Amino acid sequence: MSDSRSIPSDSAIQFDSHGRLRHFLTIHGMPRETLLGILDTAESFISFGQREIRKVPLLRGKTLVNLFFEPSTRTRTTFEIAAKRLSADVINLSATRMSTSKGETILDTVRTLEAMHTDMFVVRDSASGSSHLIASHLPPHVRVINAGDGRHAHPTQAMLDMFTIRREKGGFEGLRVAIIGDILHSRVARSQIHALGTLGVDEIRVIGPRTLIPTEIEAMGVRAFSDMRAGLRDVDVIMMLRLQRERMEGQLVPSEQEYFSRYGLTEDKLKLASPDAIVMHPGPINRGLEIASSVADGEKSVILSQVTNGIAVRMSIMATLMGGTDRENGPVTP
Amino acid sequence: MKILITGGHVVDPANEVDRKADVGIADGRIRFVGNAEPGFSPDRTIDASGRWVLPGLVDLCARLREPGEEQKATIASETAAAAAGGITGLVCPPDTWPVVDTPAMANMIRDRAESGGFSRVHPLGALTVGLAGERLTDMAMLADAGCVGVSNGLRAVENTLIMRRAMQYASTFDIPVFLSPQDPWLMGNGVVHEGEISTRLGLPAIPEAAETVGVARDLALIETSGARSHISLLSCARSVGMVREARESGLPVSVSVAIHQLLLTERNIGAFDTRYKVIPPLRTETDRDALVEGVLDGTIDVICSDHQPHGADAKLAPFGEAATGIAGLESLLPLTLSLVRSGVLPRSRAVAALTASPARVIGIDAGHLTPGGRADICVVDPEHRWRFMPETMKSRGRNSPFIGEELVGRVEMTLASGRPTFELETP
Repeated sequence: MSDSRSIPSDSAIQFDSHGRLRHFLTIHGMPRETLLGILDTAESFISFGQREIRKVPLLRGKTLVNLFFEPSTRTRTTFEIAAKRLSADVINLSATRMSTSKGETILDTVRTLEAMHTDMFVVRDSASGSSHLIASHLPPHVRVINAGDGRHAHPTQAMLDMFTIRREKGGFEGLRVAIIGDILHSRVARSQIHALGTLGVDEIRVIGPRTLIPTEIEAMGVRAFSDMRAGLRDVDVIMMLRLQRERMEGQLVPSEQEYFSRYGLTEDKLKLASPDAIVMHPGPINRGLEIASSVADGEKSVILSQVTNGIAVRMSIMATLMGGTDRENGPVTP
Repeated sequence: MKILITGGHVVDPANEVDRKADVGIADGRIRFVGNAEPGFSPDRTIDASGRWVLPGLVDLCARLREPGEEQKATIASETAAAAAGGITGLVCPPDTWPVVDTPAMANMIRDRAESGGFSRVHPLGALTVGLAGERLTDMAMLADAGCVGVSNGLRAVENTLIMRRAMQYASTFDIPVFLSPQDPWLMGNGVVHEGEISTRLGLPAIPEAAETVGVARDLALIETSGARSHISLLSCARSVGMVREARESGLPVSVSVAIHQLLLTERNIGAFDTRYKVIPPLRTETDRDALVEGVLDGTIDVICSDHQPHGADAKLAPFGEAATGIAGLESLLPLTLSLVRSGVLPRSRAVAALTASPARVIGIDAGHLTPGGRADICVVDPEHRWRFMPETMKSRGRNSPFIGEELVGRVEMTLASGRPTFELETP
């Protein structure tokens, strides 16, 4: 019986019956062309920031709700700027929710806002799967962008990382990429791994102590290293992760000093990577915990470009999702 | 009241009966299986041609939600659902509110079940007061009040010394101890099996070791205490092996598995499908296959429903926050028969795992069709194809991943002590 049962991928819900992208919830299962299309469109938006008139009317008359159940000023702001440059009306909601039946449930909140004619939700929540839940309970014309759900996915962050890599490296073929730090709790790492795999880099490595590497991570197509020096050898792209301070209380990692001694990115360790390697970080940075200041601010660092690119990439994702149904606006070519 | 069930195929593993035979019932008891007694004049004759006539099912793990969560379900609603599933006796864990740690609570549950008049309810008493893992309950008095065993529900007794003493004390009175071996620390706040799926979906995970550590501890304590024990709801291949070895060395331990563990794996969770959220979690294909193998070779005695009814909204939440469990009373038999149809389990083994074996675990005189015994009977049409839909369910809980599926095999009639507790309405 179970064998005849169709097992859905967590990606299927993102596409409508015509194969058009409706939601942006996870990179897992997304076709390569979809990802490249988003990167190409982002490329056309990148010069925008420098123009005098920074707006296009692609989302004029549309309402976007930034629904953040977890506080985040940075990410919310980049979504807000991206939406405004596309001429959308933006409403920011920093909501809190009780984690059980007490109070309004996450679906109640979303349905209430949807009843006010919201066209697109950008959702961040501390529970893995929240944006899938929301997307599966909204009418078909409403779009959902996952701005981070628990440990599961942060697909727009991964896309801006891919955009940055392509700009710096010219493409993905032949690249060796290392993701370093708390892989276990990182939604960023999971989305990066799916994106890098789909875009066809040569090798993906994850580096960290065994307490922070999830079980069976190899099934995601990566090689796991616990020796950072071995893992860094000849890599072209170094993607650092933020280590939450609350993980440093002695149960997963003994101390900040010990962590930095083994897994902090220093100038010395950086020499093991390829000479033209780039250093990335999703921010905010813990200087002296996962990365030395001199590296974060050094010539190999592209951390600030990531922030700038984030706006163009999020504009591209929003335009792509709305373009799926809004035919009168024509193809997305600003 | 005399009833004659004619023309059915009787499957009664306890008596090694597996043939076409008539069954005569008088005064709530089985009068004969086979040729009708001369002069037996039934008040009612049931034509069971093409049907299987089985002993009434005994389900070792069903939560009824009463007392404490009557908004989800009641003893009356769930025992009616049990009857619709061919179940004539069921065991309910003590983790109600209040906890079943006094004879009064046990009596209340049995009284309510009796006044409902559907399936018999055999409560488990708490192993420790309030399930807090600190003080032993009045186990002998709980047994006097009809508790068929003692259990700490899903809450592990963390202090191993208290666990040992509880088991020693239970063994003094030969009261079966029901165990749910899980190491609480390794379980943590986990919601899915630790493996490929937990890693991909970023969900807090329950490692295999949470169960194997628990099983190892409990087996060691069974050995030293001599307590007659039942390990509930095994989920891992490794623990099947551990139990097999323990049984071979003569330990007094029996084992059950939930039917969904024999059919589903972690992969069914797909994209955070909360209908598949159960504890212990669905594990890998290897684990599922080993559990089936365990049922086949007798390492696992019993298949149960692990029935957990919930309200409509309980599963509408992010996976980690959604309610746990499946409402399984009414699908237990057809799902088990699906393993017979697919050739995985012989019919007599499957029926034994639902009838004679669970009755033996709790020491009740049921699960067989012996003349003179209580007439607890389930008549099932093994070829009846039907769609499992919420509106056909008697349980208040409609939380089942099998809803919408076509099931084969349907209970047509259930008799408890010779009295019909369920009859399928023919359209």
